[in-house]
Formats: sequence, structure tokens, C-alpha cells
Amino acid sequence: MYFPGIKALDCVDFSIRPGEVHALIGENGAGKSTLVKIMTGVYRQTAGQVLLNGEETHFRSALDAQAAGITAIHQEASMFSELTVTENIFMGHHIKKGAAGKGPVDWKTMRQRTRELLDDMELDISPDAPVKSLGVAQRHMVEIAKALSIDARIVIMDEPTSALTLREVEDLYKIIRRLRDEDKAIIFISHKFEEIFDICDTYTVFRDGQLVGEGLVPDATIGGIINLMVGRSLDQLFPKGEADIGDAIFEVDKLSRRGYFKDVSFNLHKGEILGFFGLIGAGRTEVMRVLFGIDSASSGSVRLKGKTVSFTKPKDAMKAGLAYIPEDRHEQGTILDMSITDNITLPKVDDLARFGILNRKAERSLAEEFASKIEIKSAGLSMDTSTLSGGNQQKVVLAKWLSTDPEVFILDEPTKGIDVGTKARVHKIISDMAAKGKAIILVSSELPEVLGMSDRIVVMHEGFITAVLSRDEADPDKVMLAATAQAGEESA
Amino acid sequence: MKTIINTKKILENREAVLIGLILFFMVVMTIAMPRFIKPSNLANILKDSSLLIMVACGQFLVILTGGIDLSVGSNIAFSGMAASLINMNNPELSPWVTLLIGIAIGLSLGMINGSLVAFGKVPAIIATLGTMSVFRGFTFVISKGQWVTAHEMTDSFMNLPHGNFLGVPNLIWFAVVVSALFFYFMRYTRSGREIYAIGGNRSAAVLVGVNEKKVEFLIFSVSGLVSGLAGVLWAARYAAAVNEMATGFELQTVAACVLGGVSVAGGSGTVAGVILGALFMGLLNNSMTMIRNMAFFQMLLQGLIVITAMAFNVIMERRRETMLLNRRLA
Repeated sequence: MYFPGIKALDCVDFSIRPGEVHALIGENGAGKSTLVKIMTGVYRQTAGQVLLNGEETHFRSALDAQAAGITAIHQEASMFSELTVTENIFMGHHIKKGAAGKGPVDWKTMRQRTRELLDDMELDISPDAPVKSLGVAQRHMVEIAKALSIDARIVIMDEPTSALTLREVEDLYKIIRRLRDEDKAIIFISHKFEEIFDICDTYTVFRDGQLVGEGLVPDATIGGIINLMVGRSLDQLFPKGEADIGDAIFEVDKLSRRGYFKDVSFNLHKGEILGFFGLIGAGRTEVMRVLFGIDSASSGSVRLKGKTVSFTKPKDAMKAGLAYIPEDRHEQGTILDMSITDNITLPKVDDLARFGILNRKAERSLAEEFASKIEIKSAGLSMDTSTLSGGNQQKVVLAKWLSTDPEVFILDEPTKGIDVGTKARVHKIISDMAAKGKAIILVSSELPEVLGMSDRIVVMHEGFITAVLSRDEADPDKVMLAATAQAGEESA
Repeated sequence: MKTIINTKKILENREAVLIGLILFFMVVMTIAMPRFIKPSNLANILKDSSLLIMVACGQFLVILTGGIDLSVGSNIAFSGMAASLINMNNPELSPWVTLLIGIAIGLSLGMINGSLVAFGKVPAIIATLGTMSVFRGFTFVISKGQWVTAHEMTDSFMNLPHGNFLGVPNLIWFAVVVSALFFYFMRYTRSGREIYAIGGNRSAAVLVGVNEKKVEFLIFSVSGLVSGLAGVLWAARYAAAVNEMATGFELQTVAACVLGGVSVAGGSGTVAGVILGALFMGLLNNSMTMIRNMAFFQMLLQGLIVITAMAFNVIMERRRETMLLNRRLA
């Protein structure tokens, strides 16, 4: 499977047997999800084969995979909230009356089956309850019931416990063990090591699209698995330049946004790269959005150069000298239908226009300056941004913000989904900015990147800061432990 | 980087396609009925298209941001009726002043739409569907259901579109000036750039400080302004202010945009494309009225054109995406 510009999964041999619970381990972007999506027919592989019971299979759609007995429970529940539990469970494979299954939909039987499924899972949920009336955990259990409603041979669970309480996790374990005893194969994706050691028999570790380790869980150690996940020597890959760390320029005190994060406090100094690490849902992006004035805080204060600031819209934050490179390049970064020049100069149109009329010459030279500075490879800056590769599109986003000459740079996953070469280039740019005295917040889900680039690392877990580590004291174990809140469980 | 696909080129192609289509159509019509090619008829086509060009340019801005302005026809009716009543009751007033008042009325109506969408957060299609009916209703209210007919209008008022300048009818001049302004506005001004940005990727644009509300308010105001202008000229041109005038005109403006290659998803399209699209619609309308019995098919054909052009746009867009993807994978 290829994403534009990169191999998401590279020559991976992976197998799973009936009656086994198999853990898939790896950082975000390591290739776990891509493998799952190929197995469930969402993506198609560009090379290699998928064998089911020894026979080569070609899934054209998720429905094909479902018919073959492969079912997945996704991280974010994909439910129809207006419909009932029964309707949700049987969506896509309604039971029909009549011998050949050609008659009208058989609601009675489906309701009965739902009742059985829910009873089996010891859930106190009515088959007729609309899904919107259920809590998050209950929805998740319904999602699991849905997966079980098809006679699945392979059940894939992508972080199934992220929304569950401890008691519910126990219930889930029971279900998993029962499935295993029924000779089903279970793929269990989780960032939480204790769960892997609790329930899984075998494991496979991915890194950068490659399989880097596999084995039996009883033979493994947490340290060993973390080593496999992170791999390589960090200092070589992320040459962080020396930068003088100056005064605190940005001070965040007890910042909270109800329902997202709470009491987030940190200082950012000139010339410093402050890494933000956490798993999905840790609340890092939400913090950044508040800092940049996209969302509003429910309490707490932010001081920029000693002055208390409160931005209500991104423009205010920009004017004050902040820049924010959002996580999602396509959704929030570039405007694909506009030329490279127009994209780069967009934040500066106020300065480039007199009485509302744009100075095209100044625009071009500004775009040329920054495009060459960070080496955007294009056939000309008047080309539409959509013609560029993913890595170069990301460079356009960087160039755009560099042109505003900010003092505080917030980078949210700046190297997500771009190839290794461009990645190194982006890291160099970040390092150079720090050397020039810019203050940088680097949000990343890639542990080596955070460890290699940051002067200090803030680790978040479920909306709280669980650790702030200096470059010297940070190591993969400590960061991972803080991110999974093994150290500070009680705070969450 | 061997085969570079310049999307600008595809858009240019779209304009070439339209020019080709227009020429082909003209040749066919000339062969079918020679009087089609008479200068007086060609001038008629241009005059007929002029009103459409102006309003379609306003519609273009709205569609570019992913919205739609369904109220343009009713705006034309109200502004045209109001200006005609002013002219009838104040014949001594300069027609240019009347024109300015008409434009101001159109602008005000556009600002109502803009406020609803930008500040009231009402979806454009619902807001303008409502005002479409409201503006039309007010037209009946101010006219008390009566027409303003030719002998109630002053000659100088009717001369606004009918007069000549350098041998070219004023109406065509109006369209030329409006087109040129739009062309300049979209290409060389900050606001034009911001409209493209909001249409291309709203959240990215907002993140770099583009004021979403300002842009939305602006586009509906501009659409209202050109509708007001077109309303006055419409009444003066047909020498009658009728309550039902420009009914269904919104469809034609949308058709001109879609034909001109404007993406209804927002973000891409050019003024030149819209003008050519409008010219094609004008040509078509003229031909339909020339061919006996075909006038009845006019609405039917307009609808079909919108759908066909839309399908064509979707196919072209899909093809472009595949080409880009393949190139990136290569």
C-alpha cells in the first residue's frame, strides 16, 4: 500500500492463526492501521498477497472482507446514532424472511439475535434503544456486538479499551477469551502494555511500515518491545543544532478547556524546542488550538512576553507573533486549488495589499524567497498546489508560516505522512529556526522525533500533563510510561 | 516530474471548449436559418446576454465559496420595480440617480442575505430561498400588483440601456465594465484572493487569518449589487416593470457558472469562464425563440444544460485527481 510519496507498509509478512490473540504494536503511523485496512478490504495492497485459509483473496470492499468473516472494531465508533441498537448491529447484513433470504426484512429475528448477543456479553442494553441514548462505553460494546453478529473468523480490535472503564475492560477480556476458545483469531491493537500482557498470546511490532519484531508475549518484556518500537539511534537521525535558550517568551498557566484538557501549565523559552508527546486523544492538539485562538479556554491564562493575552481568533494570534501549522495538511493546511505563490503569501495579504490591491511583484518575490529557502520542488510557483507531492505540500505550509516571521511556532505533527528525506529537511528547518531564537512547540506522535528534536518534552495523557522531562533525563521508557500514564494513573 | 499537469491549462481548455461550442452552435444556426447571423440579431444576443453576464458574475463569487444565491431573480424584480416607480413619480430626476438608487437597493437586499449567512449562520441555500420569496413578495407590495409601463417611464430612463456610446449599446458597455471590474477584483485584490481561499479550503483560510464572516457578507452584498444594477437595466430595457420579471433567472446564472467551469464545491473557476458560459446561455435562448415552437422547450433545455455541465465538471475533476495521484505515485 502506498500513500502519495511514501510506502505505508513495506514487504510485511504477517500471519495469524485461529485461537490466538495477536497484539499489533507500533507508534502512530508505523503501519498497523494500513495493515488492518488491507485485511478489511478498505485499501488494496500494491504488492504481495493476502491468504485466507491458504487461499488467495482479493477484497474489493469492506463488504467483501466482512462476507469472508473478517470484521473490525474501530477506534472511533462508526454508528448511526438515530437508529436503534438492532438496526445498527444488522446494518449491511439484514436478516431476511423467506428461504433464499429474498423476502422482507425480518425484524423479529434480528431483535432476538440482538437480545442473545447482548445477553452473551452480559450487557444491560435494550435492542430497541436508540444508539444516541447510550453512553460512550455502551456504544463501544454495541460496536463489538456488531462485529460478533457476523460469524467472524478474524476479529480486529483497534484500541478497543480506549473508552472503557476498568470493569468494562474485564468484561471485554471475558469476551475475547471466549472468542479465542471458539477458535477465532483476534488481532488486538493497543498502546497499553498491561493490556497486551494481560490478554495477548503473540505480538508483532511495526516501525516505519516494516515488521521489526514478533514473538510470544510471555517471552517478551516491556523494555524489549519499546526498544523495537523506537529502534534506531536517535542522535544520528535528528541532528538538533545547538541553540541558546533564552528567556521565557510564552507562559501557559493552568489552561483548561472543559472536556478536553485540564490545568496545562508550561513555559516556552526563546530558542527552545518544546516537544509535546502523547497518544491519540491525549489533548495535545486541543491545547494548541486554544493557544492559537481557534477554540476558547474555560480557564487559565497565557502570557506572551510577560503580557497576558487571550486570542479570540487566529488572526489575533498571528498578529501577536504566533504561527500554527495544523496537524491535518489537507484539511487545514494548503488550499489545493490555489497556486503555490498564492498559498505562501496568503497570511501576508494584508501587508502585500495597498487599498486592497495586491502587489503581485512583491508577492512573487516573497514566495520565491521562501520557496527556495526551504527547497520546494515544483515546476514553477504559479502551479496549483495540488500538483505537488505530500512532502512538498507540507513545505508550502511551512513556507507560508515562515513568511510571517513568527516568534512562537506551533508545529502539530509537521512530518506526518512525508518521506524520510523531506522529513530530515523539515527537521533541519525547525532546528534552524530555534537557532535563530524562535520558540518552538513541536507536537508529535513519533517518539524518536520528539526525543531527537526537543530540548524538553511535555508528555500528556487524557488531557493532563503527566511528565515534563529535560533532554537529558528523557528516554523512550520514561516518555512512553508517562504517555500511557502508568506512572501517574491517579491523576487521570 | 515528467508530465506536469497544469490545472490552469485545464481551465483554459474549458474556456477554449466553450468558445468552440459557441462557434459551432453559431455555424449550425446560420445554416439552419440564415437570418440568425444578421448583425441586428447578434447585437440582440449580446444585449440579452449582458444582463446575465452581470448577475452571473455575482453568482460566481457566491458559488466560489460553496454557496448559492437563489434570490437574484427576486432582487432584480424588486430593484427594477422600485427604480421604475421612482422614475414614474419623479420624472425630473436624472436617470443616473435612479440607477444609483436601484443599485443601492440591490446592495441592501444582498446585505440582508449576507447578514443571514455570515452572522446568522443560516445555510446559503435556505437563507436565499427565503429571501427569494420575501423580495418577490415586497415587489408586489410596492407595486400594489400593478405594472409600470413604457409610457409611464421617461425616455431618458429607458435610454440607460438603449442609448449608444461609440456605436455600441450602453447595455453591452455595462456588461463589459462589470466584467472587467470582476476580472480585476478576483485577480488583483486581497478580497478576491480571500474569496478563492475560503472556497478552496475554509479551515485553512481561517487559520491564516482570513475573516470568514467578512468574506461571506461581501460576496452576497456584491451579488445583490449587480442584481440591483441588472434590475434597473432590465426594467428600462424591456420598457416595463413587471412583478414577475426575472422569475427563474437564478437558474440561468447558476447554469452560466457551472457551464463556465466553476466548481460547485467551491474554490475554482474564472470570470472569463463565467462570461463565456453566460454568452452560451444567451445564444441558446435566442436560438430557441427563433425556431418556431421551440420557445416552449427553453426551460427544459436550461435545466438539462445545468445537469449536463455539472456531470461534465465532475468527470473532469475525477480525471484530474486520478492524473495527479498517478503522477505522485510514479
